[in-house]
Amino acid sequence: MLAVQLRELVGAPEAVDEALDLVAGFDGSLTGGLGRMGDRQAAALSAFAGALAGSPLGGPVGEAAGKVVAGSIGDDRLATLAGGRAALLGAVHDALLERLDGALGRSRSPWEDRAGEPGAVTPENLLAGARSWLHELAIAGWRGVDHDLVSAAGRTIEGLWGEPASRRLAVLLDGLASELRASCPVATMERVPERRWADLWTRAVLLARAGSWTGDAEPVSGRLLVLGVDVHEHGTAVQVQVHGVLEPADGGEARLVRAGVAAAKVDTIVGPAVWRLLNAYPVLLAALAERRVLDVTDMPLTAGGDLLWREDAARAGEPADPFTTARVRLGGATAPSVPPLDRHPVRIAEPVLLEGYRYADGAVSLDGTSLEIDAGRLPACGPITPALVKASTACIGLVRWDGGRWLLQPLALQATVRKKPVEAHTGDWALGPTDPKVVKAEARAGDAVAVLRERAGRLLRK
Amino acid sequence: MAVDIIGRVIATGDRRAWVLDEDDDAWERRSTVRVVPPVQARKLAKVPFVELADGRLQGVVSSGSDAARVYVSSITAGTHGNSCSTNNNRPCGGLTDLYLCKHLDALVTEGIRQYGQERVARYLRVEVGEGKDLIDCLNSHKDPAPAAAVFSRFLRHLAYLEVPESTEPVPELHWFPAAGAVG
Ligand SMILES: [Zn+2]
Repeated sequence: MLAVQLRELVGAPEAVDEALDLVAGFDGSLTGGLGRMGDRQAAALSAFAGALAGSPLGGPVGEAAGKVVAGSIGDDRLATLAGGRAALLGAVHDALLERLDGALGRSRSPWEDRAGEPGAVTPENLLAGARSWLHELAIAGWRGVDHDLVSAAGRTIEGLWGEPASRRLAVLLDGLASELRASCPVATMERVPERRWADLWTRAVLLARAGSWTGDAEPVSGRLLVLGVDVHEHGTAVQVQVHGVLEPADGGEARLVRAGVAAAKVDTIVGPAVWRLLNAYPVLLAALAERRVLDVTDMPLTAGGDLLWREDAARAGEPADPFTTARVRLGGATAPSVPPLDRHPVRIAEPVLLEGYRYADGAVSLDGTSLEIDAGRLPACGPITPALVKASTACIGLVRWDGGRWLLQPLALQATVRKKPVEAHTGDWALGPTDPKVVKAEARAGDAVAVLRERAGRLLRK
Repeated sequence: MAVDIIGRVIATGDRRAWVLDEDDDAWERRSTVRVVPPVQARKLAKVPFVELADGRLQGVVSSGSDAARVYVSSITAGTHGNSCSTNNNRPCGGLTDLYLCKHLDALVTEGIRQYGQERVARYLRVEVGEGKDLIDCLNSHKDPAPAAAVFSRFLRHLAYLEVPESTEPVPELHWFPAAGAVG
């Protein structure tokens, strides 16, 4: 990313702020609860519906908002409102991504609907259980959430985890429930994370309608050159998402893709130990730790740019330097389109290379234009620390957007520490930490994953 | 100085902190604010499970002598009633009205490691005087609580390590960034 590109990025599509004000109105009504709306909340909900009036969703959303304000709150109406909120944030996402693509000169494939055959489906009783809990949450509002209401989701969430086809909803509801549990009673909470919880609720309502929309995948073959690794985690889930450039074997244009693997976990498995939960993926982990290219053969790729990882379709190849990949291949690679229902600003995570910047006050700057570092996205399972960011001179990162500003999430750094060049990548510790201090701390703590697996083996199958 | 997407100044000198904190006006309007404080890594061999739930600090403590046996120990918030028994509801011989058993001792120690003293003290509603240990400030007395519920929560906890594999990407996890790097 050059200074001129960064200058083009900051500053805004104007309508973004207005759209988000309307979303905030909707979110406020969810905080107080749809079951007891005051005039202000009702007005905010109507304004929100009014914003969609010109769109195909306008009619249904307007009608649903009217009914809900009048106190008639059915599942279908909630789903319609959730759809409206998702559409509004989808429009914000599109405006932001278009600006980012424009600044970077990045080309993006158009969306193609792949109907495909229906995969495994989530049992209807589990989806109904999820819908009923989300309905109760909406009526009570965040302020009305207590321990009983949170616990009511327990069985449904447990059932969802047991069905691989409903993993997205299981992960999402478990994450939301644990935040609500930790915040109980929410009525006494000083501030409510309104946007966040409304986001999670909206996505859950959509997933609980008809299950996941990941869609069909087509086999691809070629060389996957890794750019960097993004890690997601809550108490009971971890996901490693690899961003890379795929050079198709048939000589087609290079494409930006992601390859993700995830695992369920418990809250006491944190830091570098999370990699051990992913030991079913030795080829991927070795390639990350050893910074090697991955040769893939007939690996399924979704229209949204996600490789559905199969170890037997991958082989770790020759060493490949991610910074070389970023310098030589990233600029010309085509980005994937975003699945319509996934469009939300939080999903914007575009790989970029920044060099020759100055660091000050939690931001890097190129020719006086600053980009804030996303300090909340430096995982404890890798070697990238705030201090290393400060000392860095080059960075492969993801451009993100949240809370009204653009952010840079570092995935790989070149830095100078005690006059020596060092390089660090989030995936460096995929086969175990390499920093002697961290190795020692890990040894002291013992292998949490092994301890719990042993206990599970002994107690769960008695 | 930095500007955000609509040209507002977002960084001025020393007001920038590394961690985006709650003092921020935009907090309610962020999608990725951290709500649950992270738990600290700790050794799990002796006390594989601790939680602040159901109005108790409760958990499971391995028996020192028998690998197949575990103790279920708990302290109730507010009253500080203590309970310790095997998972088959056999009372722990070490717990009396005067003394806490070693299992409860281990539970409190590991609970503090996991959640930090402040969070445990707040949950149990105990005032910890300066320089005092939390365990000495409890209004401890024996008050047997059923072990079955805690034990089944422990089994549910363990079951997470055995959920069937799925390779479907989870875009919802973009709302849950991994954090915690220090240094
Ligand atoms: Zn005991």
